[in-house]
Amino acid sequence: MAHISTQADLPGIRSLFTFRPETAKPMQELAHVLLHSDSTLTPGEREIIATFVSSRNECVFCTLSHAAAARAHLKDDASIVDDVLQSGSSALLSDKLKALLIIAGKVQKGGRIVTDEDVAAAKNLGATDMEIHDTVLIAAAFSMFNRYVDGLASFTPQNPSDYVEMGEKMALMGYFSPSK
Amino acid sequence: MAHIPIREGLAGITGLLEYRLDSAKPIRELTQTLMRGDSPLSFAERELIATYVSFLNECTFCTKAHEATAQVLFEDDTIIDSVKWNFNKAPISDKLKSLLIIAQKIQQSGKSVTVNDIELSKNFGATDIEIHDTVLISSLFCLYNRYVDGLASWTPEDDGFYKKLAERLVSQGYTGTTEPIVHSE
Repeated sequence: MAHISTQADLPGIRSLFTFRPETAKPMQELAHVLLHSDSTLTPGEREIIATFVSSRNECVFCTLSHAAAARAHLKDDASIVDDVLQSGSSALLSDKLKALLIIAGKVQKGGRIVTDEDVAAAKNLGATDMEIHDTVLIAAAFSMFNRYVDGLASFTPQNPSDYVEMGEKMALMGYFSPSK
Repeated sequence: MAHIPIREGLAGITGLLEYRLDSAKPIRELTQTLMRGDSPLSFAERELIATYVSFLNECTFCTKAHEATAQVLFEDDTIIDSVKWNFNKAPISDKLKSLLIIAQKIQQSGKSVTVNDIELSKNFGATDIEIHDTVLISSLFCLYNRYVDGLASWTPEDDGFYKKLAERLVSQGYTGTTEPIVHSE
């Protein structure tokens, strides 16, 4: 049961968004801008970063929902998601994305441990400044979302099959509330 | 030096917010709503939670900025130091102490908040909104601290800078100007 009186039939962050709509709106917009708006990182790549950070934070709701969204984007390459959940990387990823995942993994632990060398390695493999910015901010944002969802013990369906349809909708429509 | 090209003179978060405006907009709106919107928690209490989480994350820029802001709002220069040292002995309400326990847990991980932590807080009179806002402020500063330090943004050392920044955050909140702060000692 959640720590506060949320709507019991809504899962994860959705129950929290309904509890406090004033803070929900900018949080949905942030997720949409970072994961769904135009970027030189594909939506699938960005969902992989979100999934990876959520799995390191052991946030089941965010991990399973963003893994489902990543699979929906990646289609035939969906096994990348399983690789990343298993080992934090995948042989099927570009070298650039591997380097960005190393940065994301450090940000998950703490911003201070990202080194000049980590950033230089990503740049040498073709990462732009904006891609490095976005990787750090996606990892930082999921360090927020994960804590919000688990810190209030929001309802978390446990079966990955519960998330397939949710992930397909996230991949298709992004993160603005459908009711608006 | 920052990991990405930031406009010269823009310290900490301000340079990052200017670097990408479409992500800055919802971050600033969320912060304004949480830190200055309607809530049973006072502005000073909210700034104290932000300071404490930033302190635990060892983010110097955010700690100094919000510490200076909390000092202005509390009209007291010693409360923050006593909270950082040992909040159980600080001259703050039992309710706020119990919310700081939740903030401390959130800084580590969302999963470490227990039913007992929440019960304690509710027994001291915390409402669902206060618990919600404590969790979300703490989570938001886990974002900010990682964003600021993960990109190695510029952290001024001069305390005068943070006093000026605090004046701005007290008078304008979080959706005001991001122009560089000009300060001199």
